Amino acid sequence: MHPSLDDLYLQARQSLESAESLGTLEQIRVQYLGKKGLLTERLKGLGQATDAERRDLGRQLNEIRDRLQSDLENAREALEQRELAARLRSERIDVSLPGRGSETGGLHPVTLTMRRISRLFRSVGFEIHEGPEVEDDYHNFEALNIPAHHPARAMHDTFYFDAHTLLRTHTSPVQIRVMESNQPPLRVIAPGRVYRCDSDLTHTPMFHQVEGFWVDEQTSFADLKGILYEFLSLFFERQIAIRFRPSYFPFTEPSAEVDIGCVMCDGAGCRVCGESGWLEVMGCGMIHPRVFDFVGIDHERYTGFAFGLGVERLAMLRYGINDLRLFFENDLRFLRQFPPF
Amino acid sequence: MRLSERWLRTYVDPAADSGQLVHQLTMAGLEVDSAVRAAPAFSGVVVAEVEAIAPHPQADRLKVCQVGIGAAQPLQIVCGAPNVAVGMRAPLAVEGARLPGGMAIGRSKLRGVESQGMLCSAKELGLEDSASGLLPLPVDAPVGQDFREYLDLDDQILEVDLTPNRADCLSVEGIAREVAVLFGQAVPDPVPPSVVVVGSDVFPVAVTAPEACPRYLGRIIRNIRGGAVTPLWMKERLRRCGVRSLDPVVDVTNYVLLELGQPLHAFDLARLKGGIEVRFARAGDRLTLLNDQTVEPDPDTLVIADRERPLALAGIMGGRDSAVTAETRDLFVECAFFAPTAISGRARRYGLATESSHRFERGVDPELQLRAIERCTQLIVELVGGEPGPVFDVSEPGSLPVRDEIVLRADRVEKVLGLAIDEDLVESILRRLSMQVSSLSGGWRVRPPSFRFDITREIDLIEEVGRVYGYDRIPQRAPMLPAAMQPATEHRLDADRFRDALVDRGYQEAITYSFVEPTLLQRLEPDVPSLAVKNPISAEMAVMRTTLWAGLLDAALKNQARQESRVRLFEVGTKFINAPEGLRQPNVLAGLAMGPRRPEQWSEAAGEIDFFDIKGDIEAMFVLSGRAKELSFVTAEHPALHPGQTAAILIAGQRAGCLGMLHPALQKSLGFGQNVFLFELELAESLGRRVPRFTPLSKFPRVRRDLAVVVDEAITSADVVACVRVAGEDLIRHVVLFDVYQGTGIAAGKKSIAFGLILQADDETLTDARVDQVVGLVMERLTTELAAELRT
Repeated sequence: MHPSLDDLYLQARQSLESAESLGTLEQIRVQYLGKKGLLTERLKGLGQATDAERRDLGRQLNEIRDRLQSDLENAREALEQRELAARLRSERIDVSLPGRGSETGGLHPVTLTMRRISRLFRSVGFEIHEGPEVEDDYHNFEALNIPAHHPARAMHDTFYFDAHTLLRTHTSPVQIRVMESNQPPLRVIAPGRVYRCDSDLTHTPMFHQVEGFWVDEQTSFADLKGILYEFLSLFFERQIAIRFRPSYFPFTEPSAEVDIGCVMCDGAGCRVCGESGWLEVMGCGMIHPRVFDFVGIDHERYTGFAFGLGVERLAMLRYGINDLRLFFENDLRFLRQFPPF
Repeated sequence: MRLSERWLRTYVDPAADSGQLVHQLTMAGLEVDSAVRAAPAFSGVVVAEVEAIAPHPQADRLKVCQVGIGAAQPLQIVCGAPNVAVGMRAPLAVEGARLPGGMAIGRSKLRGVESQGMLCSAKELGLEDSASGLLPLPVDAPVGQDFREYLDLDDQILEVDLTPNRADCLSVEGIAREVAVLFGQAVPDPVPPSVVVVGSDVFPVAVTAPEACPRYLGRIIRNIRGGAVTPLWMKERLRRCGVRSLDPVVDVTNYVLLELGQPLHAFDLARLKGGIEVRFARAGDRLTLLNDQTVEPDPDTLVIADRERPLALAGIMGGRDSAVTAETRDLFVECAFFAPTAISGRARRYGLATESSHRFERGVDPELQLRAIERCTQLIVELVGGEPGPVFDVSEPGSLPVRDEIVLRADRVEKVLGLAIDEDLVESILRRLSMQVSSLSGGWRVRPPSFRFDITREIDLIEEVGRVYGYDRIPQRAPMLPAAMQPATEHRLDADRFRDALVDRGYQEAITYSFVEPTLLQRLEPDVPSLAVKNPISAEMAVMRTTLWAGLLDAALKNQARQESRVRLFEVGTKFINAPEGLRQPNVLAGLAMGPRRPEQWSEAAGEIDFFDIKGDIEAMFVLSGRAKELSFVTAEHPALHPGQTAAILIAGQRAGCLGMLHPALQKSLGFGQNVFLFELELAESLGRRVPRFTPLSKFPRVRRDLAVVVDEAITSADVVACVRVAGEDLIRHVVLFDVYQGTGIAAGKKSIAFGLILQADDETLTDARVDQVVGLVMERLTTELAAELRT
């Protein structure tokens, strides 16, 4: 004697409710609805029933089969939800743990500064040139209108190798080298290392300069003022006060020192600017006609300006570095503070 | 140049306060470095006269003084100074006074006796660093006058940082001239000193080097008074100019030097033998200077000598033997013009720098000597008496500097300055600068004054015009540029690109000194000729680096000492090879790596760094230049590196650098606690770049076959890959090396290399048969060329 259809259904429901996995669900489906499943067998058995029985029983059987199918589907969905939820629970991570991968290094602040200076001048058509660090007396002094015994030589404490060979004391010899082999118009900057025999709190025996010059037929002191004003404003990315103060360099005339309103105190006076409100940042001037004579450029036809700046000085002001000596100690705690851009 | 503002204002007194004066000077190129008060703040100090002195009843060393300050009743002051005397005038701090440092003076009792104030020394008033008694004031000092007022102490000391071209401003008169120009005032005419000549006493002077000394003036002053002291006003002016008072005669020469800019020297006539000779030094000359230094002057050094010996280094410093002393009664005063070229550089050679050499090197007014010697004589007679003889003048006018006329063109002024300045204004500026000016069409003919050594050509005049006109009034102009494009080459990388690549791979950029410690360099590169600095700043910086490793190793050691265990450093810079055929200064990129492969991390082992980490960093740079395929690494040797872990870096067969592990012996002796890896690349050879060329993409699938072969251990992986590629026709697109093995299962002296072959054709899908055929060819070639065996 077969169990009643209702019992069959209840029995199937019970199995479904206690099923813990999709595999069990599949077994239940096969048990009732598979090719040889209990319900399927009953449906096959309808063939022996009378027409009236068949209609009635068939309807019941189909109804139960549909219900069971839909129950199965619901159970599957519930089970999948549960499994997903369990997976999500088990895959929780601590997102505050550090990311993987090697660290990124950094550029030296002198390089960062020279790079910015170069970009600014390149944007108005300056080319970058370099020159030798071991120089001869002629390019470092003579051709820059600093003959032997000139008092200006005393201001350059020079490292020598022999009577005529030395470590360049400034990047100005690049000016001579470029002008020796090129005719105007010339727009050049020359960044590089320079050396002076001096070492204390505010001097290191090696430091960096950027030399720049522009030679053409219509280049004047007013142009020099214009270019340097723009450069300094863009370098510090703010409006700054700037003044040109007459000075003396043997290789330029007229010559000037460029002062900017102190970027630390906005001109109010502080320790950095020595309470003056001004910071000396560059030297500049119109290239001396005698320098043009040395390199064979017609000083009647052409005029030009030149300027030189100390890279460490600008880097210190830009990044707030308060000790020059840090630049060459290569302390990783210092270097890591300057991510590249 | 340091000077007193009050002294300056006795020449020219513009209606400008100190701040404005300082600003104007600075903006005219005479930078005022500092302006400080001539005396520290104090108040309530007056000129007083000691009227009577009585002993202190309780203390032998104290005295009870009655001191007048112009009031009806004298004040009672207790004083311990040794030099207090009746009739003496001295500064008195009265009740309510405040002394420097804030000390308040009140009525007090000293050992039971009341004191109504304090008599002061120069030290107590902050005028001197030390003092041995009260500051004695002249007998004509007005009793009762405020002491600050009396000594004009509300003065400022200006420190003017003069550029080397402005020797004409190395005097109060010179700066006064400049102030007059800047404030549009008249240049004051010098007051001619008055000297009454007594007798006709002369001293023989021979100038045998007239080009070096075109003018030599001398004078004898006899019978000066001994024991005289320099008056307070002169001492004060000297003090404010930074000169110590020594002796009245020396003080006068210093005073005239400061006043006019002319160095003078006074000799003790009694010490001079026979006559003066101005000559260049001779062999055997020896001279002890005023500072007790003994020199043997070189033949290009000018000396003042007598018949027997050199007396002074001309224009630099006098000698000890002939110096004026307290016993001196007769003077020989020298006032000369020495040519700058005869003096410059000499003082420095003997380690000297004097007020005198500083001025002569830069140029003293050649027309000043007579006025200066007269002024000096006048002051000497005022201070110490004496009978001046006539001035004798040994001059070679032909050797004196002359100021040539210079043509100044108005349009040139505009071309250089970028601004047209009104012609009348230009002319007026030049005249104010003491130039003689006459008009020309389109310009001027200008003769500078004798004291302006720096003005010899048109550009010098243009500078003067611009300077006095004011740089701040010259406009700022944006210069016009032709619209010329800048190249953007793909044929060469910028060194910055390599920098960025290394930074992205975790390296920090270092900048180390170009001069290094010689023994370190010797240990790293004993065979590379280096260049030694003749005058190094220290023994650690004595020789130019032949490799950047010296600086990087030093930096790594210092970081190791700071407990940094993982270090990645690189530097771009010049090294210096002192080759026999000439000095080479190539630009190189060098790097150093030590410590774990990765920074310590919570989920992954850090791993020990090895050769191939650094090699990977180098390969990454050459991927950027499109030349990875031209890059090869071959076994090499370097004295600083591990012999089994050193490679030369070749680009298209050309050596561009090397890399390797620091030699373990060096690692130990330098003090490294772990392996250190180093590389260096010459940039000129490394930055060339290939512009990419497109190759068409195959539409057909790729096939991979893996092979493992056993070869002799001396055979490199590069040999194997090269052999595979040759055998593989065009079908082998990549060879992936995935395993290298030695050990169990492999005979001693052999190794197994496993690699994947990626095959692909452009025109067909490869059949198994075709692939088998290629792999067969590969194996065959490996066997014949490298004696390889298929690993089974």
